[in-house]
Amino acid sequence: MKPEELEVRAAAELAKQQAFDVRLFTCSSRGCQSSDALGVIAGLKAEVKARQLEGKVQVNGSGCMGLCSKGPLVRMCSKTQKDILFSEIKPEMAAAVVEQVVVPVLAGSKIEKPGGDLGQHTLDLNDPFFTMQVFSVLENNGKMDPEKLDDYIARDGYKALRKALGMSAEEICKEMLASGLRGRGGAGFPTGLKWDLTRKVPSEVKYIICNGDEGDPGAFMDGSVLEGDPHAVIEGMLIAARAMHATHGVFYIRAEYPLAVERVEKALRQARAAGLVGKNVLDSGWAFDFEMRLGAGAFVCGEETALIASIEGKRGTPRPRPPFPAVRGLWDQPSCINNVETLANVPLILLRGAKWFASRGTEESKGTKLFALTGKSKNNGLVEVPMGMTLRDVVEKIGGGTDSGLKIKAIQTGGPSGGMIPEHEFDTPVSYENLQQLGSMMGSGGMIVIDENDSVVELAQFYLDFCVDESCGKCAPCRIGGTQMLHLLNKIVAGKGTLEDIKTIRKVAKAMQKASLCALGQTAPNPTLSAIRHFEHEFTERLLPVATTKA
Amino acid sequence: MSIPAEVATAVKAAAPKAPAAPVDEITLIANKWKNKRGSLIMALHDLQSRVGYVPRESAMKLGHLMDVPLARIYEVVTFYNYFKLEAPGKYVISVCLGTACHIKGSAELLSGMEKELNIKEGQSTPDKEYHLQAVRCLGCCGLAPLVSVNGKVYAKLKTNESHHVIERIQIDKPMAVADAEDLAD
Repeated sequence: MKPEELEVRAAAELAKQQAFDVRLFTCSSRGCQSSDALGVIAGLKAEVKARQLEGKVQVNGSGCMGLCSKGPLVRMCSKTQKDILFSEIKPEMAAAVVEQVVVPVLAGSKIEKPGGDLGQHTLDLNDPFFTMQVFSVLENNGKMDPEKLDDYIARDGYKALRKALGMSAEEICKEMLASGLRGRGGAGFPTGLKWDLTRKVPSEVKYIICNGDEGDPGAFMDGSVLEGDPHAVIEGMLIAARAMHATHGVFYIRAEYPLAVERVEKALRQARAAGLVGKNVLDSGWAFDFEMRLGAGAFVCGEETALIASIEGKRGTPRPRPPFPAVRGLWDQPSCINNVETLANVPLILLRGAKWFASRGTEESKGTKLFALTGKSKNNGLVEVPMGMTLRDVVEKIGGGTDSGLKIKAIQTGGPSGGMIPEHEFDTPVSYENLQQLGSMMGSGGMIVIDENDSVVELAQFYLDFCVDESCGKCAPCRIGGTQMLHLLNKIVAGKGTLEDIKTIRKVAKAMQKASLCALGQTAPNPTLSAIRHFEHEFTERLLPVATTKA
Repeated sequence: MSIPAEVATAVKAAAPKAPAAPVDEITLIANKWKNKRGSLIMALHDLQSRVGYVPRESAMKLGHLMDVPLARIYEVVTFYNYFKLEAPGKYVISVCLGTACHIKGSAELLSGMEKELNIKEGQSTPDKEYHLQAVRCLGCCGLAPLVSVNGKVYAKLKTNESHHVIERIQIDKPMAVADAEDLAD
């Protein structure tokens, strides 16, 4: 495809979309598919066909629209009125949606909320859950079909790639650096700097790798982005490749996300057929292509050197750094590993400018961040908030408090590597630094809400048990330290612990943090330590009475 | 009288060819991956998606065809949770123990399942009908707690309704083996 053709295709697609009076988008992501979203789509299509409305009404799949606990979600977009968002639609309700809403809207009526049963399945789009979020990575979700390339092109897709092809590698790196984008996988390393380091290493072969091994249990942001907007991630990788002279792209996606794998593979086939990926990218003479590699259920493979070992077909064990992957990575060649959400931000930054991106957020954390808001939260699902929003706004306004009606006790961010943040710290603005200061971390974006009936001791035990199970066993501090810590914690949970045990846990934790080979071992003590720091009484309450009085 | 050579050749060419022995799946998998660097894990994924687990004979054959020592294969298979060494039951029930499900009581759901099926996590029923396993996170956290059966998700369960889940599985009869990926590409 020639660069100018992008505009032609976008215009043609937009004209096609304009011809429809009503467009229906049903979330076809993993969560909603498990509640039979595909049945809903089939039902809507059948009803539209039966009423001979195919020229007026378009029925689409869509990426995640956020409120996963209320799925399947169906969004009705019309030229003549405001959008309507339906929740928990079953296939047998499809006919009612068409009859009671679509048909009257086509006839010129304005409907805010349908009456009867369907009214109870209509969400209020003025709810803080929707109004307080800021969509940029997720802005295509609910507005386009992730399986259609032209839908993406019509929404400015691959325009940023076109721009990147006219820039030097150094210029792209500078733009990224100026934007302040930092790694969304959790550690928060500046993306532009990572690219620039890789760029400066001379080599004939270089790899750009997309880390889609979202192993944090309770997090599903990356899977949702891959399912909902696969072309955005592909475009981000193409731009990254230009910025560091990479020659090969690799997607590493966990095998537990078959739909994400399928969507990316389909998107790659479409992009290849259109000349956006392959031998002659956008007619520039530049050749670039991708390979797909699946994870196989190992949390440690989120660590970049372990991930590289896994792509090489080996056990996913980390190795000491330096040398960093930027110098010696996949197959000993310079490699850059970026997280899915990071890559999805890239086209937006290049197209709208570093200034636009940096206008959101705090001094050191820019842009927006995706969170998977789950646990006891009333609104469960995928949310996108600007950096700098307070945790209270995220949890209480967007999340709507707890579903149990009980008081929120704490949230856990950063999964097994993060920590618990008690309710009295909720006025802290979201940023990498702030969360770290509270003894937690940004992590990839899992945010678990627990209420006053939940035990932080048992949650700490759950996470430590996870890390012990997932430790690759290569280095002693993580392998032995984790097991010893878990023994002590189990003892405390069983009511047989002593104050001495809490002291020993702290000591072992310190050794693990200092001496473990990779981030898994270094951060495994975090949930336990943060729980002790903020909720020490919950631990001491469980100790043997004698021991408590002695000390 | 002998048949002229050119006639013999023509007859041979026209005669229907004996059907080639069907190429077995493991050879197909090996052919697909053996020239791609570092593709052992991908080949094992293909194998498991066809057979449901990694049988020892298949591992040996795959190793032979891909020129990978058996020890290397076992090194990988035993490291990653995803690969199974034993044949699972017909219906693989995966109880999600991710954090969101944990908070919503998935441990109780799992122990209910264990009682209902009279097996422990990681085991199959003696008739090989059900295999019960705990998994880390299926990524549908908004619908916690949940189980998946051969890929079909049963969501927003009540932790005390494990018997209903078994009943629903019996009614639904999800596909016995997950969709195998097309080997042709």
